[in-house]
Amino acid sequence: MTRLILQRLGLLIPTLLGLSILLFLWVRALPGGPATALLGERATPEAVERINELYGFSRPLHEQYLAWMGQLLQGNFGASTRTQQPVLEEFFARFPATIELTVVALVIAVGIGIPLGYVAARHQGRFLDQTTVVASLIGVTIPVFALAFLLKYVFAVQLGWFPSAGRLDPSMVATHPTGFYVLDGILTREWDAAWNALTHLVLPAIALGSIPLAIIARITRASVIEVQGADYVRTARAKGLRPPRLRRRVVLRNAMLPVATTIGLQVGLLLSGAVLTETVFAFNGIGSYLANAIFNLDYAVLQAFILFIAIAYTLVNLAVDVSYGLIDPRMRVR
Amino acid sequence: MTGSPLLSLRDVEVTFTTEAGSLPAARGVSFDVHPGETVAIVGESGSGKSTTAAAVIGLLAENGAVTRGQILFDGQDLAALPHSATSRLRGSDIGMVPQDPMSNLNPVMRVGDQIVEALEDNGVARGAAARRRAVELLEEAGLPDAERRARQYPHEFSGGMRQRALIAMGLSCRPRLLIADEPTSALDVTVQRVILDRLDELTAELGTAVLLITHDLGLAAERASRIVVMYGGEVVETGPALELLRDPQHEYTQRLLAAAPSLASRRIQLAKVTGLAAVAARDLLSVSHGDGVDAATEGAGGTRTDSIIEVSGVSKVFQLRGKGLFSRTEAFTAVDDVSFVIPRGRTVAIVGESGSGKSTVARMMLDLIPPTSGSITFNGERVGGANRAAEVRFRRQVQPIFQDPYASLDPLYSIYRTIEEPLRAHDFGTAAQRRERVHELMDDVALSPTLLRRYPAELSGGQRQRVAIARALALNPDLVVCDEAVSALDVIVQSQILRLLADLQSRLGLSYLFISHDLAVVRQIADHVCVMQDGRIVEQGTADDVFDQPQTPYTQMLLDAIPGAGLELGVAS
Amino acid sequence: MTGDPSAQSALTDTVVPSGRTNKADDVGASQWRVAMRRLRRNPGAIIGAVIVLVFVLVALLAPVLAPFPAEALPGRAEIRPTFIPGPSDAYPLGLDRYGGDLLSKLIWGARASLLIGVLSTVIGLLGGMLLGLLAGAFGGWIDTAVMRLVDLMLSVPSLLLAVSIAAVIGQSPRAIVIAIGVVQIPIFARLLRGSMLAQRGLDYVLAASSLGLSRRTVTMSHVLPNSLGPVIVQATLMLATAVIEAAGLSFLGLGGGAPTTAEWGRMLAQAQNELEVAPRLAFLPGACIAITALGFTLFGEALREALDPKTRKR
Repeated sequence: MTRLILQRLGLLIPTLLGLSILLFLWVRALPGGPATALLGERATPEAVERINELYGFSRPLHEQYLAWMGQLLQGNFGASTRTQQPVLEEFFARFPATIELTVVALVIAVGIGIPLGYVAARHQGRFLDQTTVVASLIGVTIPVFALAFLLKYVFAVQLGWFPSAGRLDPSMVATHPTGFYVLDGILTREWDAAWNALTHLVLPAIALGSIPLAIIARITRASVIEVQGADYVRTARAKGLRPPRLRRRVVLRNAMLPVATTIGLQVGLLLSGAVLTETVFAFNGIGSYLANAIFNLDYAVLQAFILFIAIAYTLVNLAVDVSYGLIDPRMRVR
Repeated sequence: MTGSPLLSLRDVEVTFTTEAGSLPAARGVSFDVHPGETVAIVGESGSGKSTTAAAVIGLLAENGAVTRGQILFDGQDLAALPHSATSRLRGSDIGMVPQDPMSNLNPVMRVGDQIVEALEDNGVARGAAARRRAVELLEEAGLPDAERRARQYPHEFSGGMRQRALIAMGLSCRPRLLIADEPTSALDVTVQRVILDRLDELTAELGTAVLLITHDLGLAAERASRIVVMYGGEVVETGPALELLRDPQHEYTQRLLAAAPSLASRRIQLAKVTGLAAVAARDLLSVSHGDGVDAATEGAGGTRTDSIIEVSGVSKVFQLRGKGLFSRTEAFTAVDDVSFVIPRGRTVAIVGESGSGKSTVARMMLDLIPPTSGSITFNGERVGGANRAAEVRFRRQVQPIFQDPYASLDPLYSIYRTIEEPLRAHDFGTAAQRRERVHELMDDVALSPTLLRRYPAELSGGQRQRVAIARALALNPDLVVCDEAVSALDVIVQSQILRLLADLQSRLGLSYLFISHDLAVVRQIADHVCVMQDGRIVEQGTADDVFDQPQTPYTQMLLDAIPGAGLELGVAS
Repeated sequence: MTGDPSAQSALTDTVVPSGRTNKADDVGASQWRVAMRRLRRNPGAIIGAVIVLVFVLVALLAPVLAPFPAEALPGRAEIRPTFIPGPSDAYPLGLDRYGGDLLSKLIWGARASLLIGVLSTVIGLLGGMLLGLLAGAFGGWIDTAVMRLVDLMLSVPSLLLAVSIAAVIGQSPRAIVIAIGVVQIPIFARLLRGSMLAQRGLDYVLAASSLGLSRRTVTMSHVLPNSLGPVIVQATLMLATAVIEAAGLSFLGLGGGAPTTAEWGRMLAQAQNELEVAPRLAFLPGACIAITALGFTLFGEALREALDPKTRKR
């Protein structure tokens, strides 16, 4: 098990190295060159000249890359061209919000998707199953921001059940030791703040989680149906296993293998979707910040954020691989 | 048999509901199994034998049902019982040993736990007692080091070990009836024998009745006291094993008896002892056969004694990539210093179990992979040289026939295109001449030209293998490499293809390299036999020598493993 | 093992194609023709095909069908800051913030969205097949290099990768097409490579090599054609993803052009400020995207089922 983790971590290094090279070249490929990345689109030729001189952008590429990597390793990721704030600070100020949102979305997706897919498979071909199949098909094809609009309009604008924007009511005063607002409220025993933060999470999390939910439900259903027809399930029935044990320990456990992989893949989708969902709900996480950076073409922010997100994504996939090893003994390296 | 039967099928019909309508998979099936008795159902794929077994244990597929008749177990009609009641009988009263040990164990659960859960759910034992019992059961099934093995996962087991675990599982709750569905057909022959022996001993000890499902008449005769022969969903003949073998009544049983390689090789053996050469000749398909039995055809090229291919000191080492990121590659010697020759117009067989390296030899002979060391010389020319012209010449003269007739034909090519491809590739004549040649080849392999515009998916296994043979013969090769060419086929089709191969050999003067795990088949077709084990040839000689006076214990073991070796068959004329 | 009730009879070894009734038109049917026949019997495939066909026709016939030109703002005079007129005789679906006819813009939007979807999938398909073919046909270090690149591209969430590519090219519909196309490349490459590797080990490929065919002929006329099934299915499904992602990118403002551009994603982005005044401005383009994607998905899933030998018997 430890070897599996170490091995995966070992694979992480070349991936990150390759990614940093691509991101480095990316900025160099931008229209206007790297100076634009620092000065923004409307920089004067003189200013560009000065920056090129100052940062050595006219030096050979590999020297520039090594210098840039040196900066990164010292924790210097540059500053936003618009606000001049260090990118790293901006990232960590907003990261908890996005984690909170994606985790709740993932909990919704997994918590509903797996049981739904399982129940559908048990009733294969019947009404419940067909409804699930149709619903999950529609769930996969709705653009996340369109769904966000729909939820916002119906439940926030029309019904007024949930707030329509932000992470907390502006009138709410609360302390934030961790940056995870719901957790903060609980830790500081500011129950109303925790509750308020939770209500702000509901709509964005549902919008964000619905597509992964549909996908997880579909995969679970397909996987359970396949496992139910497997030889070892038949043998388990032949040796007289009672239905509860058969379902729990034979069918479900084997059916979860492809589902685990799928859940890992959903994290990428969630991070992409967060950019759009946070924008619609004015939810102040890295997603909406990134959307702003995209809109303003703030390359320094984009460069750093894409690197951070890729690292986070890679780490999550590593965790998925490891958990896969936990469920499937065949994956363990002896 | 006296007393009332434990299991009694009366006029049972099983129907599957499919898109195309209802399909009866078994009709009018009746037979009895008495307590402690072993009864075998013998038939080919599609005969309804497995369906019948599934009906008994109540594990028919979702769309299948017993639509008529009674399945009386201990006087109780299982077909009429509700599902919950039959499910209570499973495991505790009726056990099962399934066919494929690779797919029948839960891959994510420890082997011991899989027996424990059976014990617990059938109320035999719980907790620590159940765990102790599971180890005992594994030991009893002949699994060495059972204590440690019980804590391992199925993927850490070999095929034979898994099958022992499945036997332990099937017998764990001491059922009165055990259904063994082709319990060893996925295993190597030597393992097969050991496992079947153990199963026999155990069921005899426990007094368990066994319903054995098999395609091998020889095996059935050896293991069962009575045999039920099924064909096309119906029982065609039932009777005591030996009686049925000596005096088959139904035409189908007679054909099956004639086709079964295990029985054929036994007949050859008996005929030699009694000196009845003509009898053995019916079963021997090789162009020449040694002393005593020399009555059959002496083919066109049969008298020439030069060799078509010489293999000397050939080895193949594979570099296996290590599992870790930084671990080095490991060398694995698949073929180790192998030498033999194939005389022109003769058949040389390589026999061995899985992993013996026999298929690697075949690949090297086809120049699909290069040998690591040693040389292969074809018609005096070294194989695998850099010369493209020599390679093209070699390709024309050496052609393969593979095991799986489905996988060996491109599914997107019509039969015509498949057979024409080699002609086209080697610029054979005009389009009209190629067409003529394709029709000629179809005639050679006894296929109707109406099949030419079909696709492989629309053909039966036997037809596909004939197409593969036609393709191999298209360029008039000298040597045909048959890599398990008949192993995937049902016995009767198998014997038809073997006869076709023998016939083509004598007509066209072909030489064959015949790779097989099945000694009984090899006995019929080969002139010369090489026995391979762990990459080496441990014994080689004429077929008669190897089969009549095996020199190594390993060959002896392989021979003993042919089912039906001890049967007393009626071979008189 | 339940015996296959339709397996051939042993005595005559006659043909019975698996499970199906041996209708006359089944004889001599290639894998693709069989799949087409199965598609015609699948309601999901028919619904999907009809949806796609309708949207394609609308896109093609936009100049005839749309009451107004794409960029026209016929109702500009009627717009007030707090009021956007709803459906009327002149404007069947009402006006948008700038006074454009919503129906016309949706119709022209079909053209823009489908074009982006199809073009980007073509880029992804061709690029991915080229890479996949390189990796699958040559193996060795080429394979390793290609797969490393593919892994790298897949290590960034797709939308972010598309954003970074679009940022390099500049804000324009062309940037969106290229960005989404490039994002699809690793997916197709991996799929084709895997599919080719699976075919490569099969006996018919060995048989073809033994006939003395060159490596290129074996790859191009045996391995590749047999590996295309999953790629084509994926391309159909990818059309749905491309339409959705294109809308996402133009929602983020990467499409460039005027705010009045007739493109579904762009229209949705513009509508977010109008949600309380005129929600239809957001929902109708959203519905168009979803229905188009549904059409492609339904058809793609049906195609997958039709080509899958495992489901063929049912």
